[in-house]
Amino acid sequence: MSIRIIIPVILLALLALVPFAAPALQVLLTLALAKGIAVMGITVLLRSGQVSFGHALFFAIAAYGGAFTLMLLPGADLVIVLLLGITAAVLSGIIIGLFVARYRFIFFAMLNLAFSMIFWSILEKFYHYTGGADGMRLPRPTVLWMDLERGNYELFMFYLALALALGLGWFSMRWLESPAGQLFRTIKTNETRLQYLGMSPQRVMLNGYVLSAMLCGTGGILMGLVQGVVTPEYAYWIRSGEMVFIAVLGGAGSVPGALVGAAIYEIVRTYASAFAGDVWQMVLGVFLLIIILFAPGGIAGIYNSLMERIAGKKEAGE
Amino acid sequence: MNLTLFLLALFDGIAYAALVFIVAVGLTLIFGVMRILNVAHGSFYAVGAYLTASLTTFIVSAGLPPIFSFPCMLISAVLVGAVLGGPIEWLLLRRIYHKPEVLQLLVTFAIFMILEDVQRLVWGTQPIFQSTALQLMGTVRAFSVNYTVYQLILLPVVAVLLLFGLRFFLRRTLAGKLITATTEDREAAQAIGIDADKVFLLTFIVGAGLAGLGGALASPTTSILPGIGADMIVLSFAVVATAGLGQIEGAALTALLIGLGRSFAVYVWPETQVLVPYLIMVAVLLVRPEGLFGSPAARKI
Repeated sequence: MSIRIIIPVILLALLALVPFAAPALQVLLTLALAKGIAVMGITVLLRSGQVSFGHALFFAIAAYGGAFTLMLLPGADLVIVLLLGITAAVLSGIIIGLFVARYRFIFFAMLNLAFSMIFWSILEKFYHYTGGADGMRLPRPTVLWMDLERGNYELFMFYLALALALGLGWFSMRWLESPAGQLFRTIKTNETRLQYLGMSPQRVMLNGYVLSAMLCGTGGILMGLVQGVVTPEYAYWIRSGEMVFIAVLGGAGSVPGALVGAAIYEIVRTYASAFAGDVWQMVLGVFLLIIILFAPGGIAGIYNSLMERIAGKKEAGE
Repeated sequence: MNLTLFLLALFDGIAYAALVFIVAVGLTLIFGVMRILNVAHGSFYAVGAYLTASLTTFIVSAGLPPIFSFPCMLISAVLVGAVLGGPIEWLLLRRIYHKPEVLQLLVTFAIFMILEDVQRLVWGTQPIFQSTALQLMGTVRAFSVNYTVYQLILLPVVAVLLLFGLRFFLRRTLAGKLITATTEDREAAQAIGIDADKVFLLTFIVGAGLAGLGGALASPTTSILPGIGADMIVLSFAVVATAGLGQIEGAALTALLIGLGRSFAVYVWPETQVLVPYLIMVAVLLVRPEGLFGSPAARKI
């Protein structure tokens, strides 16, 4: 087996052992996984060369969908909350996707931003329904109709997030390689040729957009369920920017990179806010600049070139 | 809605539109020339506001005539453009012009993040209120409403002067013509000997200075606190995108539309105040994807 595959397997095994080996990191990593799933949505979009400054919208829609489910159906099970939350994200992804699939580049980024800001201000202002800036609580639901105490619930959520991250990550990679995904990637390279092939770029764009909305929604509902509360900040444009930042950090277009990027980001952010206090945003900004200027391939790019170097040395040695 | 409320909303809207236009026109100028959507533009606005407030406070506490608060605004705008904008273009943006659009957008986003914390470090998180310039000009009775001269007359006059000044600059002066030529066709412009690097630097300094000027002019009318940069950048994005990227006259009309929409929303249905600019933007872009005054881009094959 090549070292290229062994390293991720070791990393995964270490990750699966975290609740026992380093329990202090468990919740942090659950949140990182949730964010990583959302970032995968951005990563999928990046493959078509598009960037959205408003995908926190789907993150928030799913989380608020879960909160409303738990409010209207008290005692609803985790499965139902998850499914309804993700369905809300997918449905809104279809509706908004129908509008934005016609636009590219800056207009695409900006229209998404506008939609997310509209939702954000609705959440802020219509506090009779949404709790305003204080947000809504997501009480701990039953898991498969079993009442779990807090520790077990958090443990379960960790493995659920891990399983979803792996499953959805695998699905996204497969999708990107499938005919539908290949067409989607053509939008970046040559959209006109797509039309010459008799395809509707809008339709192709919509497919990928709905997938990205679903991924962002899954991340959002997981985040809400782990934190137990959802606030309008979930939909704020800074949150969208953060997701794009992580996607670039991980390596634009690399699905595993999104997960690794999210984990590194959350850890750096936690420690930066502990040690650098008020300037963690500045630390992140500098970090982002360094990546773009010196390692535009992100973590995935660094990993690949490192692996090629090792492989190259081996060949040279043999 | 009676006449008084109507007039108040109208005056608020015009004053606000003037401010938004001044900031948005800088954004659209930078985009038109450099094809970069500058997220850090909001930070330039905030720094302009903070600088003006600090300088004015210094003048008042030093016992100097309060009228000096007006030159303070210009000084702040120039400082933001030359000391902040210039080096950013020269040191950072220059390195990324050949990179994908997505990365260009992210570089300005990173600058925004850094400048947010710089503001926090320098000016703290407490709101700052410094309205010397506003009080200095007093109020005027317009129709049946008392309104500050500063907001009713000064802001709109500055905005209109700026609109015509920019038109004159771009169409009549050599530097402006060089900028326009570079915008139209960068390669051809370079081929006939225009130094595109210099044009970009100049444009960015002017654009950043305009954001600083917007902040400077806004500072007496509002309390300055963290987050105003983020608010302003999304709003001026909305104006620029609704108008059509790179459209100066369009930005003026759209700023007026959005400013009035927003201020009437405040009086009619306050919950929708933040919503209205984006609703206008979405409504316009759904009908005219290239913006109100933009023209569809030529297709590349």
